Amino acid sequence: MIRLEKRPQPSQAWTAGSPLLAVLLTMIVGGLLFAFLGADPFETIRTIFWDPIFGEFAFYYRGQLLVKAGPLILIAIGLSIGFKAGVWNIGAEGQYIMGAICGAGAGLALYPSESVLIFPVMVIAGALGGWLWAMIPAVLKTRFGTNEILVSLMLVYVAQNILISVSTGLLRNPDGMGFPGSRNFKQWDAAHNAELIAGTGMHWGVVAAFIAVIGAYVLMSRHITGFNIRLTGEAPRAARFAGVNPARIVFFCLGLAGLLAGVAGLFEVTGPAGQISGAFNAGYGFTAIIVAFLGRLHPIGILLAGLLMALTYIGGEAAQTTMQLPGAAIQLFQGMLLFFLLATDVFTNFRLRFGTKGVA
Amino acid sequence: MKRRTLLASAAIALSLGTAAFAQEEITAGFIYIGPPGDGGWTYEHDQARQKMEAHFEGKVKTVYQENVPESADAERAITQMALGGADIIFTTSFGYMDPTLAVAEKFPNVKFEHATGYKRADNVSTYSARFYEGRAVQGHIAGKMTKTNKIGYIASVPIPEVIRGINSAYLHAKKVNPDVEFSIIWLYTWFDPAKEADAARALIENGADVILQHTDSTAPQAAAQEAGNVITFGQASDMAEYAPLPRVSSIIDNWTPYYIDRVQAVLDGTWTSTDTWDGISTGMVGIGEITDAVPADVKAEALALKDAMAAGEYHPFTGPINKQDGSVWLAEGEVADDGSLAGMNFYVEGITAEVPN
Repeated sequence: MIRLEKRPQPSQAWTAGSPLLAVLLTMIVGGLLFAFLGADPFETIRTIFWDPIFGEFAFYYRGQLLVKAGPLILIAIGLSIGFKAGVWNIGAEGQYIMGAICGAGAGLALYPSESVLIFPVMVIAGALGGWLWAMIPAVLKTRFGTNEILVSLMLVYVAQNILISVSTGLLRNPDGMGFPGSRNFKQWDAAHNAELIAGTGMHWGVVAAFIAVIGAYVLMSRHITGFNIRLTGEAPRAARFAGVNPARIVFFCLGLAGLLAGVAGLFEVTGPAGQISGAFNAGYGFTAIIVAFLGRLHPIGILLAGLLMALTYIGGEAAQTTMQLPGAAIQLFQGMLLFFLLATDVFTNFRLRFGTKGVA
Repeated sequence: MKRRTLLASAAIALSLGTAAFAQEEITAGFIYIGPPGDGGWTYEHDQARQKMEAHFEGKVKTVYQENVPESADAERAITQMALGGADIIFTTSFGYMDPTLAVAEKFPNVKFEHATGYKRADNVSTYSARFYEGRAVQGHIAGKMTKTNKIGYIASVPIPEVIRGINSAYLHAKKVNPDVEFSIIWLYTWFDPAKEADAARALIENGADVILQHTDSTAPQAAAQEAGNVITFGQASDMAEYAPLPRVSSIIDNWTPYYIDRVQAVLDGTWTSTDTWDGISTGMVGIGEITDAVPADVKAEALALKDAMAAGEYHPFTGPINKQDGSVWLAEGEVADDGSLAGMNFYVEGITAEVPN
């Protein structure tokens, strides 16, 4: 008989080791899956994990890794701080969309000016947009005790409808022959979030993501606010006795997450995406939740998790085209990663015991 | 700039590599908005891809990527194909327009074909079909067949192509049934079976007994079948598995001849950037078998209408036609020109909904 026995303390080795084990298990089971689909499992795994970094076209893919990982990391950092405090913001996707809309709207209002101030104004407007959208669940939670999980999630769908509305109305490109979608920022230098060093994929959003990682690290390990956040999450009553105002923590966590998601959206719309369109949001806000947990809610962990997630996306796409694997198989493969992580995570707090309970 | 040169040199290296074997084998890539199993739009593109590949008997290799969102990911997917050595890439959804142009700029030696868009470049062609001709036949049958006089229309993304389809179907339904009313639901997506089914159910609950769709899946057909006493039309593909009821006919997109032509042009080295917009006359738009659920006289009229369009004797947008606000769009006998059709962003008189904007 096999039993799970609670460890007296979480195992350090498992905490560090379980993500690696999860990746390994994903590779093995994923490889089997690919083999059943008639593809060479080793070549597929190589296409997904190796080729984007070291393969023939790595010069392109490495940049794309950053492009894909940037918004994931930026959003996940914001979310992780809230998660530490027990503030469950599930609506980063909505905050991401609203940041993009507000930032793009602020910029387009000034079209076709070439002032150097336009981009900074857009970034601020994007941050405000995301922040404001996150303030809705924050106010409702602190004033009326609503559940921020439901409110923030529902606001994603509201944001999606606003996105559709502005892309066919308010922000529609007047020169677009009646087609939906805003002007393309790539064709407007003052508002274009171009690569800072060509060919690297490094745009302002990626820079912001790195700054956010460092900022979050300092905040959580060196600053009293970070301590209060952790205390609130781990022992809410103790935090209250220590004079921590829970409402302030809610406002801070949701606000910061909204702000970071908002700027992520702005950097995306002015950079890789190029324009506001109904299909602009590609699920970064939801994937970032996985990234945050995959990275153990730790800034450095999130940095690595974001890059790994991006790798499975980029490599997964490559495997689709070069190996002609169905898209669903790749999604399954990505899902497995989270599944195995959660499965192996159990062993951080529990250990396996074989045989019946000892009599001694 | 560096990235562009890097990519360009990679592209040149690749095309030099393949140039020597130009007559031997080329690669054609396809970017799909949905899965080939959608039974509609992507299915037909994929069928045409396979038939084209078979036609060239080993001289052409094809690759495809499915479920590519119309977001920043599209640009990477297309770049990936170009880097992978594709000589010609078909991007088969409207939202790939700007990404296609962006990638084309970096790969001057690769040919690009964008479906349903309006932006072209030296190495970017556009192609689309005059689906509105099929909609005329569809509208005629729908107007004759409806008993509740309520026709439900599941619309996808508000671009001129979709608005044209609504107008054409409405005009021809109205012509044979002045009491007909259209209810239009916009889904803002091309492929989402769950949303499509919900929309169909909502329309049916509101009394519609004909469901027209401009989305890619067969979900509305299944919803209509479930409800009973509702007729539908196959969209983009024949969807014959729902015949004879609810599916009474269909608009079929046949891309095979076009794909064969364009790939042949690459093989011959005669490819140039063009804008193709073909309809029933060339077979790019087909009308699927009209089932026995449709009375024989209606079927005969519908086929006559189809033949008139195939022969060029009849244009679905022939005046007098007023715009929704009552102003004159086409005078008596006037025929719409392609330019105004390409940018159509208004409903014709009689449709009570509003174009989303």
